[in-house]
Parts: sequence; structure tokens; C-alpha cells
Amino acid sequence: MRDFLISIDYNGWILPALLIIPLAGALVIWLSSFVSSSQRGGVSGDGTGEEALVGGSSRWIAFITFLVEFIVSLGLWWSYDPAGARWQASIDTTWIGPWGAHFAVGIDGISLFMVLLTTFIMPLAVLGSWSGIRTKLRSYYALMLVLTTGMIGVFVALDLLFFYAMWEVMLIPMYFIIGVWGGERRVYASIKFFIYTFLGSLLMLVAIIYLWTVTSHAAGHYTFAYDDVIKYAAFSHQAALWLFGAFFLAFAVKVPIFPFHTWLPDAHTEAPTAGSVILASIMLKMGTYGFLRFALPFFPTAGMNSVVRATIIVLAVIGIIYGALVAMVQPDFKKLVAYSSVSHLGFVILGIFALTLQSVQGALMVMINHGISTGALFLLIGMIYERRHTRLLNAYGGIARTVPMWAALLTLVSLSSIGLPGTNGFVGEFLVLIGSFVTHPYMALISTTVVIFAAAYLLWAVQRLIYNPLDKKENEHITDLNRRELLIMGAMTAAILWIGIYPAPILRRMESSAQHFVTTVEQGATGLRVRQANLLGEGR
Amino acid sequence: MHFDLSNSTQLAAALIPDLVVMVGAMVLLLFAVWTRESDAHQRNVGIGAILVCLLGMAAVFVMVAKHATATSGIIAVDNFRWAVDILVLLATIIAIALSMDYNRREGIVLGEGYVLLLLSTSGMMILAAARDLMMVFLGIELMSISVYVLAGLNRRSDRAAEAALKYFLLGAFSTGFLLYGIALVYGATGSTNLSSIGSHISASGVSPMLIVGIALLVVGFGFKVAAVPFHMWTPDVYEGAPTPVSAYMAAAVKAAAFAAFFRVWMEAFPNAAAAWHTALWWLAVVTMVGGNVIALVQKNMKRLLAYSSIAHAGYILVALVSTIDRATLGASAFLFYLLSYTLATMGAFAVVIALGQAGERNQDLQDYAGLWTVRPGLAVAMAVFMLALLGFPIFGGMGFFAKWYVLQAALQAPAPQTRLAVLLVLTSVISAGYYLAVVMVMFMRPRAAGAASPLRTPALTRIVIAASAVILLFFGIFPGQLVAVTSASTPVAMAKQPPASPPVAVAPGQ
Repeated sequence: MRDFLISIDYNGWILPALLIIPLAGALVIWLSSFVSSSQRGGVSGDGTGEEALVGGSSRWIAFITFLVEFIVSLGLWWSYDPAGARWQASIDTTWIGPWGAHFAVGIDGISLFMVLLTTFIMPLAVLGSWSGIRTKLRSYYALMLVLTTGMIGVFVALDLLFFYAMWEVMLIPMYFIIGVWGGERRVYASIKFFIYTFLGSLLMLVAIIYLWTVTSHAAGHYTFAYDDVIKYAAFSHQAALWLFGAFFLAFAVKVPIFPFHTWLPDAHTEAPTAGSVILASIMLKMGTYGFLRFALPFFPTAGMNSVVRATIIVLAVIGIIYGALVAMVQPDFKKLVAYSSVSHLGFVILGIFALTLQSVQGALMVMINHGISTGALFLLIGMIYERRHTRLLNAYGGIARTVPMWAALLTLVSLSSIGLPGTNGFVGEFLVLIGSFVTHPYMALISTTVVIFAAAYLLWAVQRLIYNPLDKKENEHITDLNRRELLIMGAMTAAILWIGIYPAPILRRMESSAQHFVTTVEQGATGLRVRQANLLGEGR
Repeated sequence: MHFDLSNSTQLAAALIPDLVVMVGAMVLLLFAVWTRESDAHQRNVGIGAILVCLLGMAAVFVMVAKHATATSGIIAVDNFRWAVDILVLLATIIAIALSMDYNRREGIVLGEGYVLLLLSTSGMMILAAARDLMMVFLGIELMSISVYVLAGLNRRSDRAAEAALKYFLLGAFSTGFLLYGIALVYGATGSTNLSSIGSHISASGVSPMLIVGIALLVVGFGFKVAAVPFHMWTPDVYEGAPTPVSAYMAAAVKAAAFAAFFRVWMEAFPNAAAAWHTALWWLAVVTMVGGNVIALVQKNMKRLLAYSSIAHAGYILVALVSTIDRATLGASAFLFYLLSYTLATMGAFAVVIALGQAGERNQDLQDYAGLWTVRPGLAVAMAVFMLALLGFPIFGGMGFFAKWYVLQAALQAPAPQTRLAVLLVLTSVISAGYYLAVVMVMFMRPRAAGAASPLRTPALTRIVIAASAVILLFFGIFPGQLVAVTSASTPVAMAKQPPASPPVAVAPGQ
């Protein structure tokens, strides 16, 4: 396989291709609107029933585009060499000459899995909204495609300006997806989502400009390159704290870390199914990815400052517990899953800031697993919602008898989300806990208890949904999953079991990058400690 | 090509682009009154005016191509001037094109409006060139008086009459401040020439009379660029004036006034920075905060755009404050910003024109509800303009790089304006509240029951909207060339530019 990929120069074009394919798909959808509107001119005059599905072909265009994207991206699995160069499949061409901005992309063992997760989730998200979205299909799928370019761009960017542009690009399509196709309070949720994220990222913009100034000065030429920033940027401890704060805010809102999470329940609940899936599976990971890629390696002294580090770890643990407890009392299943995300992402932050190889690898695994399990949960909720038009837990009960396939899959996915050994959820949280036990034993102990809460809220919800007596008339005639839905869940189940049983190839691919992250941050942090000690010595 | 400005023939030659527009305006005036008033004639005059603007642009490009330079004198011959000329001529062409459609709809058959636009534009070109306070005054008056009339061009509209009167009275008042400021500066330094003033100040320091003079100049310019607290006229005038004229005022008048503001401050007063820095700093702060906060509660689109234009004056003031110590980055950022702002604002006003109906109805935010379902193209274009004004990357096109450039100017200035940069960013977040509200209403609210379908968008308006959006988006992805052009377009008197190497790093929080 590897030889074949090398023979077609796979690494030379794959990342730009992954960015362009979705855009091409969006373009095709746009062009298709001209074709079909001219054809339909006379037909759809009174066809009121048909009118709802104008642009139905765009579903196929989007699905095929995403499928192609996924298949093409699979090559990365083989072409990525864990023992190879730091950045692989990298491309670097000038973008804005006078400012030294480049179109620079590349992947390491961290972004590799984020890209694969994105390309894996997106076709399933399209299938998940196949029948749920009834209006303005073309715009909807075009926005999903553009969104994908933005997301992949964030994960592969090695140039700060390009990264920032992609970071913001994601915002608008998601704003529209929530605000136009969402639930009842969609407008409120979409604006809240936008303002929160925008505030965080604009402060990051100021920090980026500052960082650019410092780096360019030290390097002797204008540069946004990631490696140059790591290499040249040097500033006082106080400046590092300010800059870290700006990056932290942008990423913390996105993750979200505990006090910055209030947009999440609204956005996740009001978004259409595919929107929730994308938000939970992919977009939340951008925050944690930001910490791994930018915030900590750039400002190790600030991030590893004992006060800052302790604060963030405490916030992460609060998020873990708070998310689980609040999830427990939610009457709305979708909101329950939304709060469970706060809890899961707390584990990721804990793992990252505990800064051991195991905890960082565990954090990465949680990122992947949360993407799969929570995405699957949202898809399952979407499926039942299309049939019953309610997400309230107490509107159901005993539906295992009417929708056995759905019930079985829900049970399996819930168990994986809880972290049952043998499913994917176990691997990540276990690694985080043993990894962080080394540096933060008490925090790790407290977090361990949450596994019980997680079992409580999800299993309780599952019980109320599918096992209690079948006492409501409306629930007696729900149809079970159709073939399209089984296809979605089949893919999800395969991923859940595969990662749960045999995670070694994944861990092997991420190990060197995780180790590199830990070493960079540790060296950066201790480097300053040495310098400070010298200064103190001279002072005396 | 080198001009010796003490020689009157060569002085005239250096003014050729300005003269082209002025003479064109005079000829056009004869043509306009020659024939009976009619809609067809009105449009013919409009086409003539666009041709005059194109001629003026051609003259500017000839000057640029010949690398015109000049000795020190009452006018500047440098790239900054040419860049501003191009910008105001572009804005004028857009305003004329919009007027042609607008006048047809409103039944305005006067051709003289275009002549007034051209005269006003020639005033702006003089402002862009002025290196003497008397020239500044001449330019401002030529520009303003034409615009006073333009604001009241629609004689059947009460609101237009009110707007014109208000603008005239307050404008005259502010001109008084400006003139008095000029007089005091002259009294304190013995010259009206900018470079002489500059060298006098660096030689003999700042006197109290000079400080009062500078303060009065700030008031005068502050009025013209609509900075808080000298902005009170803006919403009323923008709302009442014919929409193409509002667009013209928001873009071109502001651009020209800022160009003069920049040149006067960079050439005459850099050494008096201690006297004006704090004042302008606060002016930028209250303008950014005031404009953005008040815009949040606006329900009328024209008023909303008026407050948006006030907020943008605040952002440009950040670039101006950053030019302390003769840093040239601020002027380049200003030019880049201006192009982005002009296209986005005029595009937005063009959408307002397209959706308005005779008598300027349908201007409330609510009238835009569900626009996406009936006019998807207009809604998408409007969204681009709103995002450009917000400064959003890619979807907002060059609006993002415009803000980036200003932030860069603020942070890389010899005395970095970190707090202003952070404030600019925070007020941008506030502005998301109203720019996004427009987008939200267009895309996420249902069309009101019984709302009339918008009229068909006339061809010229449609071209303006499409071209503005496309240019914005194009430079939003490939801004490189434009950055190179603007960074080569700073006032030459400041020839001692810092080398291309990156500036000195400084700690934030200073």
C-alpha cells in the first residue's frame, strides 16, 4: 500500500486535495441549482408536495463528495510514517508575500487522526440528515461542504494566519446550519454560539499579530510559520501569560472548559442532527487540538506555570463532574448528551495538562472516541426524533419492543460512551487516568468517580427510553431503522469495536507526536525555570 | 516626471487629474441644462459624469506611471494622493451608477446632481493633495457645499430637506471651528504650509495657542469624519438624504476628510504629539465604543449603516493615532481599510436602494425578514458586506485584512497601541451584534405575511452589488498585491521610512 501511495506521489497532493474536494462539491451543488431550476420551470408550478425536496440531488452530490474525500484520506493511514519526519505530506507556498503568510499545511500523529475523524464523520452526517432536512437542501449541503474545508484546514494548518482564517471560516456555515435548520430556539442558539466563539478568537487574533511581530523580528523576515514561532519567539514571562490567556480563551470556549461552556447545550440542542454531530464530534476537538498544537508548545512557561496549570486542571475536573451531574437531571435526551460532552472534554483537558505520555495519548484517544460515540448518540437521537418528534425522555418507555435495532444500538453506543472495557471509550479515559495519576493523583482519583456518574446518567436514560413498560400509545407503532440508518450505525459500531479491541495501531501512530509534545512543553517550561534561577542567583 | 511647484504652469500640470474632473464638471453642467429635463437626459448626464471620473482616473494613472514627484509646495505629488484619488473616484462612480437607478425610481429628473457630485469629488481630490492649510480649507468647502445641496436633492421629500438643513447648519458651524483652528495654528507658527509648520514646531516647541489651534482642528475634522462626540448629524442626515448620496457621504466624504486629517497630522504635528496624542486616543475610544453600542439598537437600515460608519471612523482613528512618530504603517493601513470599507458600505447601501421602493420605504430591519427566500442573491451579497464590515476572514473578504492591517499598524508602531488594539477587537465583537442581526433577519426570520415582493433590481445597481462583493471576496483571498501597493503609497514627506525589516518587539500591556 505504501509503495503504491509513494508511486502516485500521494503525500505531494493529498492535503490540498482534501481542502479542495469539498469546495468542488459545493460548487457542483451551486451549479446544479441552475440546471434543475431551468428544468423545473414548468413542472413545479403546482406540485406543492414535491416542492419541499427541491434540490434533492444535492444530497447525493454531498454524500458522494464526502465519500470520495473519506476514501482519498484513508491513504494517510498508510502513508503516515510514525518514525518519519515531524511534518508529513507537507506543502508550503507563498500566500501573502508582503506579510510573510504562507499556505503551509502538514500533518503529524495528532492531526492525522483529527483529519481522519473528520472525513469519517462527514459522510455519516450527510446520511444522518438525509430525511431530516426538508427545506433549502442545496444551501444546507453546500454549507456542510464548505464547513469541512474549514475544519480540515484548521487541523492541517502550519501557518498562523492560514490557521486563523480557517478557524473563523468554520464559524459562518455552522452559524447558518444552526440558525436556519435548527430547532425552536435556533436563532438564539446560533447567535450565542457565534458571539462566544468570535470573542474568543478575536483576542487570539491580537495575540497572533503580536506573536508574528516578535517572531519576525527575531527571525529577520516576516513569518507566520509554526516552526519559526517555536524556534524564535521569546518574550517575558508576563507577556507569555497574556498571550497564553488570549489563546486560552479562544480554545477554552471551543472545548468548552467549565465556565465557558454555556453556549454548548443551546447550540447542540438546537442544531439539526448533522449539526450536533459535527459540533460534538469535530468542532469541540478544535479547542483541545489548539491546546496541543498551539497554546502549550508556544507558551510552555505560561501553560505550565504552577498556578495556571493548577487552575486549568481544577476547571477540567469541575467540568468533568459538573457535566456529568447536570446531564443526570436533563429531561431532554439531546441536552443530556450535550452536557456529557462537557464531562468528556474535561478528561481531554486533564490529560493534556497532566503532561505525561500516557495522559496525552489518552487525551487524544478520548478526542477520537468522543467523536465517534457522541456522534453516534446524536445520530440515534436524530433517528428517533424524526419518528416521534420529541426528545423528552419521559415521552418514551419500553420502545425496545417496537424498535429493537435502535434499542440495541443505543445500548451499545451508550456503553462505549460510558467507557466499558472492550469498547473505544475505555481506552482513552483509562489512559488519561493512569497518566494523570502520576502527576496529579488527587485530581485523577476524583475524576475516576465520574465514571460512575457517567454510567448513572446514560444507563438511567437508556432505561427510561427503552426498558420501562411500553405505556404510551404513540410509541407502539414506531418503525425500526431503515437500511440507510443501519448503514450509518454499522460504520459507527465497527469503529467503536475496532478501537475498543485493537487500539495499538492508533496508539503507535500517535506516540511519537505525543512524546514530542510532552518533551517540547517540558523543555520549554524548565528552560525558563533555569533562566529564572540564574537571574535570582545574579541578583544576590 | 518632476514638477517645480513654484512655477505656475508646472503647478497646474501637477493638478491635471483635479482639473480634468473640474473642467469635466463644468462642461457637464452646460450639457445638463441644455436639454429639457427628462429621465433619459438624467441618465445621459450620469453616463457623462462616469466618463469624466474615468478620465480623471486615467490622468491619475498617467501620473503614477510617470513616477511624478515635486518640490515642496502647497500640494503633494505622491502615491498617497493618487491612492486617495482613485478611491474617491471609485466611490463617485458607484454613487453615480446608483443615482441613475435611484433617480429613475424616485422620479428625480435633475441632471445637475451629477455635476454636484463631480464638484464635490474635485474638492476631495484637492483635500487628498493639500499640503497647505488653506488648500485643506478650500477642499473641505468645495466638497461640503456640494454635498449640502446633494442631501436635499429630492425636493419632494421632507426628510431630505431636514437632513440638508441640519447638515448645512452643523457643517457650517464645524467649518468655523476648522477655520479658527487654522488661524490659530498660523498665528502660532507663522505659516499655513504643513512642512513649515512641522519644522517650526520641531524648532521652537509647542505654544498654548498652537494647542488650542490643534484642538479646534480636531473638532473640525472630527465633524467631517463623524467621530463621536461630533457625530450627532450623521444618522439623521444619512437617513434623510437620498440613499446614493448617503452612500457617497459614508464612503467618499469620510475618506477625503481622513486623507487630509492624516496628512496634516503626519506632516505638521508629529512633533506636537504630546499635545494631541491623548485627545485623539480618547476620540478613537469613544468613537469605537459609541458608534458600535448605539448601532446595536437601530431598527432602520440607513441609521444602522450610519452608526456603523461612525464605528469605522473609530477604527481608522486607531490607525491615525498609531502614526505618532511618523510611522507610515498607519497611512498604508488607512488606504487598505478605505478600499474595503468603501466597497462594503456602498454595497450595503446599494442593497438598501435595491430593496427600497419609491419614497424610500422598506428601510426597516424588519423589511429584510426572509429576504433569502425571495432574493437569495441580494441576501448573500448583503451578508458578504455585513461580514466585511465586521472584519470576518474569507466570507467577509478583505474586511478581515483591513482590520488586520490596522491592528498591525497599532501593534507595530514605535509606541505600540496595545490597549487600542484590544479595544478595537472588543468593539468588533459588539459590532457582531448588529451586523449579524441583519444576516439573521435576512436568513432566519420568515418573510412577513403579505410583504410585497421586492422590485426587480435595476441593472446598474445589480452590477454595483455584484462587483463590490466579488472584489471584496477576491482581495479577501489574495490581498498580497494590494498590500504591496498600499505600503508603497504613503505621503512622501515622510520619505525616511523604516526599512522593510520587521519592527521592534515590545511587551504588551504598555
